Amino acid sequence: MKTKSLFAILIAGGVLMTGCNNSEDAKQVDSTVSTEKTTNNETTNANLQKEIDAYKVFALDQLDQFTIETEKFVQAVKAGDLEKAKEIYPHARMYFERSEPIAESFGDLDPRIDARLADLEAEGQGEESWTGYHKIEYGLWEENTTKGYEAIADQLLADSKELRARVETVDVTPELMMTGAIDLLNEVSTSKITGEEEIYSHTDLYDFKANIEGAEKIFTILEEQISNKDPELVKNLSDKFKTVNDLLAKFETNDGNFVSYSQLTKEDTKQLAIAVNQLGEPLSQMGIILE
Amino acid sequence: MSKTNVDEKFLDKKITRRQMLKLTGVGVAGLAIGASGLGGVLSAFGEELFVDDDTTATNKVNFYGKHQSGIATAVQTNIYFAALNVLVNSKQELQELFKMWTPLAIRMMNGESISMEKQNDLIPPKDTGEAQGLDARNLSITFGVGLSLFEKQELGLASLKPAELKDLPHFPKDQLDEAYTGGDICIQACADDPQVAFHAVRNLVRAASGKVTIKWSQAGFNSFPVEKGKKQTPRNLFAFKDGTENPSGEKDMNEVVWVQPGESTSWMTSGTYLVVRRIQLHLETWDRTSLKEQEKTFGRHRESGAPLGKRNEFDGMEIERKDENGNYIVPENSHVFLAKQAKARIMRRSYSYSSGIIDSTGAYDAGLVFVSFQKDPEQFIKIQNALGRLDKLNEYITHRGSGVFACFPGVKKGSYIGEALFNTL
Ligand code: HEM
Repeated sequence: MKTKSLFAILIAGGVLMTGCNNSEDAKQVDSTVSTEKTTNNETTNANLQKEIDAYKVFALDQLDQFTIETEKFVQAVKAGDLEKAKEIYPHARMYFERSEPIAESFGDLDPRIDARLADLEAEGQGEESWTGYHKIEYGLWEENTTKGYEAIADQLLADSKELRARVETVDVTPELMMTGAIDLLNEVSTSKITGEEEIYSHTDLYDFKANIEGAEKIFTILEEQISNKDPELVKNLSDKFKTVNDLLAKFETNDGNFVSYSQLTKEDTKQLAIAVNQLGEPLSQMGIILE
Repeated sequence: MSKTNVDEKFLDKKITRRQMLKLTGVGVAGLAIGASGLGGVLSAFGEELFVDDDTTATNKVNFYGKHQSGIATAVQTNIYFAALNVLVNSKQELQELFKMWTPLAIRMMNGESISMEKQNDLIPPKDTGEAQGLDARNLSITFGVGLSLFEKQELGLASLKPAELKDLPHFPKDQLDEAYTGGDICIQACADDPQVAFHAVRNLVRAASGKVTIKWSQAGFNSFPVEKGKKQTPRNLFAFKDGTENPSGEKDMNEVVWVQPGESTSWMTSGTYLVVRRIQLHLETWDRTSLKEQEKTFGRHRESGAPLGKRNEFDGMEIERKDENGNYIVPENSHVFLAKQAKARIMRRSYSYSSGIIDSTGAYDAGLVFVSFQKDPEQFIKIQNALGRLDKLNEYITHRGSGVFACFPGVKKGSYIGEALFNTL
């Protein structure tokens, strides 16, 4: 395929305009326009400091909550309170799922907290190295017990606290935020929508919702910047987030809980999957603010 | 993307001031154009570049013309057929969609990337890229609209629905699967390369994110033996030459395929109707059928493709021929005999498909992406009804998917796909 560069054409063309009522466009045709990629991360990062800070505050807050809720969860497990543990489980995880772009920067901690058995097996590891939420999920829903999971629970709390402490050191960049938003959607598309995240508890819709909220938060923080470049994109993204959220709301029960994934029909999951994909395309355009 | 990739020829296309004003639709006084090409000027006004067929491109099928490409175009080796549902809520959005698609289709049919913009490496590339380094590979892209599009209240197209555009009746033995049926819009991409055909649909759909979803799609292939430097009729998966008897030449095409003025609703003049059927061929049962039975099924010889009792593929069928016992030589229940009986003609442009194994039976999910073009779907219906329960071929096939689409006339330079429809409003 041949690729014609629009910018190169403009330069070679050397268009000159006088008395044109569209001076914005005229300026763009200035022959000094460079054909090089113009992304300059240093300067842009500085321009986006406000947004970076806002996201840090958000992520830290989420992980604060995550630690608090995890502590409650761990207490319930250790007290042998099966029902309570089951009740806290999906809600505690939502804080983690919302801030996953940050948690993910710790290659060791993330799996210790959130690995599914299938992930470990894919890496050639066995059940013995399995820890974290999903291991306890197995106990709670498959074995219907908390017995024998006390040590895992202690470990989980320690790991959560470590995560919270280390988050302070993460170098948040606009790039991390934008890639993070896309990664959150990818998480939804590849594991939540298929029910593969919560194979025992079937609480996938909580994770789903949290991932979307995490992505939406990033969008909201960047909204003003995006609007400066492309107001249409803001509108498009708002619409697409609304579509996904409206669809999810159909499966929400009165008190902020969601129906079991196993209750979704093929048609339901397809609708959700399509809505997420339709959101993903415009979401991937947020990078225009660094142009 | 860099400066060195610039197509020099494109820059050399000087245009007159009048052309420019006409194309941009801007009549501003005091506008000076330097040595500029068209692209620069238009984009300076924020207009989409006027994209033209690149007549110097290799293996190139023209986009602009009286009729859409991919109909009279010589059959390529590959098809990627997609039926889409629209998510747009207004006529105007639908019109914008086809306008947006037009330059993309032309660029891909030129063998170019769909975007000329410089790449910001923090967003995904505009073009998905898998056709990079390949030429146009005779890519043709055919657009059509289905009945369901006209039934969408919010689009307000009901009054423009051509009377000919109807759901096909249920035919005997049909076992249609909703997952391969219908669609608001169809895109038929054909090319002499599977990846180029797929790339075309993928990029059109992606560029329309939020406006369309894919309802179903089917890839297909054809292989052409070459004899004495001449391409021969391809064989379907039952090994019979498929496509022997087809309209050819302008007169035939006008009679059979192209809607003539006054024959359908006005926006369909020079357009045509596409029927697609995803037909499973039961390879397992066919392969245990004797050669004689196979030939009696179609009414042709397998090796030569000749009518039964004749020598050459293109010898006349003469279905009324009888043997010394007074029996028809071409059996009355053979596919070709019955198809001829219908006294209707269509232009077939089919491809084979093979899509893995059917879970429930372990049989090949293989068959024919049957595509036919006709000025009225009634022509297809007549033939399919004639084949009806009688066709001996029925023992070996099952129709699983179906669609009927009104394919717009061709696009005039500077215009866009489907303009005729939107201009009728
Ligand atoms: C899987 C299904 C089908 C197979 C394998 C098949 C195969 C063939 C073959 C091998 C021929 C003879 C060669 C030729 O003229 O191209 C033929 C002819 C023809 N077929 Fe089919 N066909 C199929 C379905 C259909 C359908 C659904 C229709 C239309 C309703 C149709 C209409 C025709 C017509 C009009 C001819 C030409 C008859 C003539 O000689 O005038 N076929 N087909």
